[in-house]
Amino acid sequence: MSDRVIPEKIRCDACPVMCFIADGKIGACDRYANHGGDLLRLDPLTIIDNAADKGIKAVPFLQGTDGTDWDGDLLRADTPFVTAIGAGTTYPDYKPAPFIVSQDVEGVDMVTVVTEGIFSYCGVKIKIDTDRHIGHERAVVRVDGEAVGHVMTSEYGSKMLSLGGVEHLTGGSKKEGRVTCDALLKLCNCDAVEMQIDDGASVVVQAGQAPVIDGTPEQLMRVGCGSATIGMFAAQWVGHVDEVIVVDDHITGQLSEHQAGQQLDVPPTGIKIMGRRSTPGRYFQVAEPGTGWGGTDIEDPLAILKPSDAKKAWPGLRLLMVSTTGEQAAYYELDGDLTPVSKPMPAPLQASADRIAENCEPSICSVLFMGGAGGSLRAGVTENPVRLTHSVKDSLTLVSVGGAEAYVWPGGGITIMADVLNMPSNAFGYVPTPALVAPIEFTMRLSDYAALGGHMDEVQPIEDVDRPDVRKVGQIDPKSAPSDRRNFRWKDTP
Amino acid sequence: MSAPQAVLLKDGARLHLQHGPIDLIVGADAACASDRTVAFDAARTRFETVLTELTGELPLLRTGITKARSAPAGVIARRMYDAVRAHMSRSFVTPMAAVAGAVADEVLHSMTQAAPLTRAYVNNGGDIALHLSEGQQFTAAIAGLTGAALGQVRIPAGAGICGIATSGQGGRSLSLGIADSVTALGTSAASADAAATLIANAVDLPHHPNVQRQPANHLHPDSDLEDRPIVTHVGSLSQGEIALALDRGLSMAYAMKEENHIHGAYLNLRGNNRLVGRIPMQSPKTDQEVAYG
Repeated sequence: MSDRVIPEKIRCDACPVMCFIADGKIGACDRYANHGGDLLRLDPLTIIDNAADKGIKAVPFLQGTDGTDWDGDLLRADTPFVTAIGAGTTYPDYKPAPFIVSQDVEGVDMVTVVTEGIFSYCGVKIKIDTDRHIGHERAVVRVDGEAVGHVMTSEYGSKMLSLGGVEHLTGGSKKEGRVTCDALLKLCNCDAVEMQIDDGASVVVQAGQAPVIDGTPEQLMRVGCGSATIGMFAAQWVGHVDEVIVVDDHITGQLSEHQAGQQLDVPPTGIKIMGRRSTPGRYFQVAEPGTGWGGTDIEDPLAILKPSDAKKAWPGLRLLMVSTTGEQAAYYELDGDLTPVSKPMPAPLQASADRIAENCEPSICSVLFMGGAGGSLRAGVTENPVRLTHSVKDSLTLVSVGGAEAYVWPGGGITIMADVLNMPSNAFGYVPTPALVAPIEFTMRLSDYAALGGHMDEVQPIEDVDRPDVRKVGQIDPKSAPSDRRNFRWKDTP
Repeated sequence: MSAPQAVLLKDGARLHLQHGPIDLIVGADAACASDRTVAFDAARTRFETVLTELTGELPLLRTGITKARSAPAGVIARRMYDAVRAHMSRSFVTPMAAVAGAVADEVLHSMTQAAPLTRAYVNNGGDIALHLSEGQQFTAAIAGLTGAALGQVRIPAGAGICGIATSGQGGRSLSLGIADSVTALGTSAASADAAATLIANAVDLPHHPNVQRQPANHLHPDSDLEDRPIVTHVGSLSQGEIALALDRGLSMAYAMKEENHIHGAYLNLRGNNRLVGRIPMQSPKTDQEVAYG
């Protein structure tokens, strides 16, 4: 039970329309929203009218003002850390980034350069927690019929997709680029995208939500592979059942042959499994990949059994078959011909299947934005772009994306990955090129900024950008603190 | 509460007016340079009260049009009412279907009254009121949902086209249909706005499982569409379904053309299109690629 009070609709008083706005919704202007009962200004990202940068002159609306009341739709996020969301961009690249903000953090003068980078070279890496077969490795992933990426691989209990990248954004047809850009934008802003995988499934992916595979929301992520499941639960089965088979597309486990069964003195049962035996009690390729039991294509688990070995099996032998999530389970006993016959599941065995399910984590889609801050936007930070790359590699400069922690890849350039769930809402925009517009911030000591040839004349104190119309959000990723000294090479110097 | 804003854009040839949900880009050409300034001053002055005039009559403007209904009092509200009244037998419609076009018409009217202009336009989020003197023309690009150009319309003076409006899944307005965009040409921006809205609503596949809908007032509690199901997401559609949906819009567009409510309309859905009337369309330009990175 929750005591949380659902916020009521609020009346927006930003303009005479006085919209009634329900929680999570926006007003008629698209500029104001009800965010958990608070009226929030959320201008759509705009880089078309980067006012000051293009020398646009403001004229007073009414006599007596000087026209500066129009701010070109800037929107920035939390203080004390200013993110690049809504900061705008500078294109061409040699101009200083829109905001270079300084603040005192624990006695150190820190500077954060915020800009919205235009990423023609970017994409998302998606992890979908499911064992169901959604498509073969290298299968093309399509949105609205256009190729936007491919199935990369299967990692532990999850399928990985790679979407976007220069091949799809600019390397294909114009429509392919547009559709790819639109799909990336939605995924990065935590919206749902429906995609079809060639010779595979239809999947709806939304960051932080369960994947919907062929119309069915996935529930649980596997507790482990079939072999691991045997290892984890063997002790709970002994005495209640003679044989357990955990059906898994990757590694199907068999209790009596498995090392865990051996150690518990489980006798051989003569139950034989299809597929290729890897080591005792561990079988590969017991069926084709699919959306049935344990990520195989089977709906009837008996389909993976060969006739039992008459020398070892016995009538009345008790057999449990269960999937790696515990969502499917069936109980059989061998009849006089040693054929398995379905029987009601004994309570202790049902409890063990439930225990497997209980130990599974909820199935979630994770979306990591990945892009290379290569040529252009570095020039907005410093007159000597390669020094920024070196400074990042030397742990003198920290890169963050919309305030979220970014993993910086080893090797050349500044190639980053960041979890879109750790960013404020609507952190991403796009340009019709097509390319994504992503917020990116570089944080360092003021002295380090000067040393790498920073635009020192453009540095402004944080108080100057903290105006009333700035959008402020609470900390989203508890681990992320871009200005914290622990991020930097000099962390131990006083 | 925010006040109306006015900003002269960088080239000095365009004025940006904004108040609440209204964003206008205003352009004017005149033989004498000072006439542009006069026209911009007139637009700014007229714009000061536009939103408050409308909000004073909002409940009435958000109600469906019927024969029994009395006309609203305000000048802009009356433009809206006149534009949608022609369609009340066709489907449910409120004056709000023409609000953007009516505002554009009214601001343009204030400018042409104030100074002799060779060419002027007021673009209210894609709904455009046009003034063209002899020999002038106006070119508008029609953009798809992603911002890429679908084509250009070149409108000459003397054709009687004084308004262009676009409705559909792009943009801010809620749509009852699935059209990516419907662009209509009319004798005023308000009439084009009403027509584009209703044609876009008609491009639809009722009960299709891949079309997600929500009651309009779940998204906007004040919506004039009340609990009518507005389209929130369109999933994959077959070519046959796309053609079927477009043809539904097409027959409404034909009827409006027959009754002289529009000069023409251009309907788009998933890269497929339908054309009604003689619209001077041109293919999208292909030379505008820009590389970044």
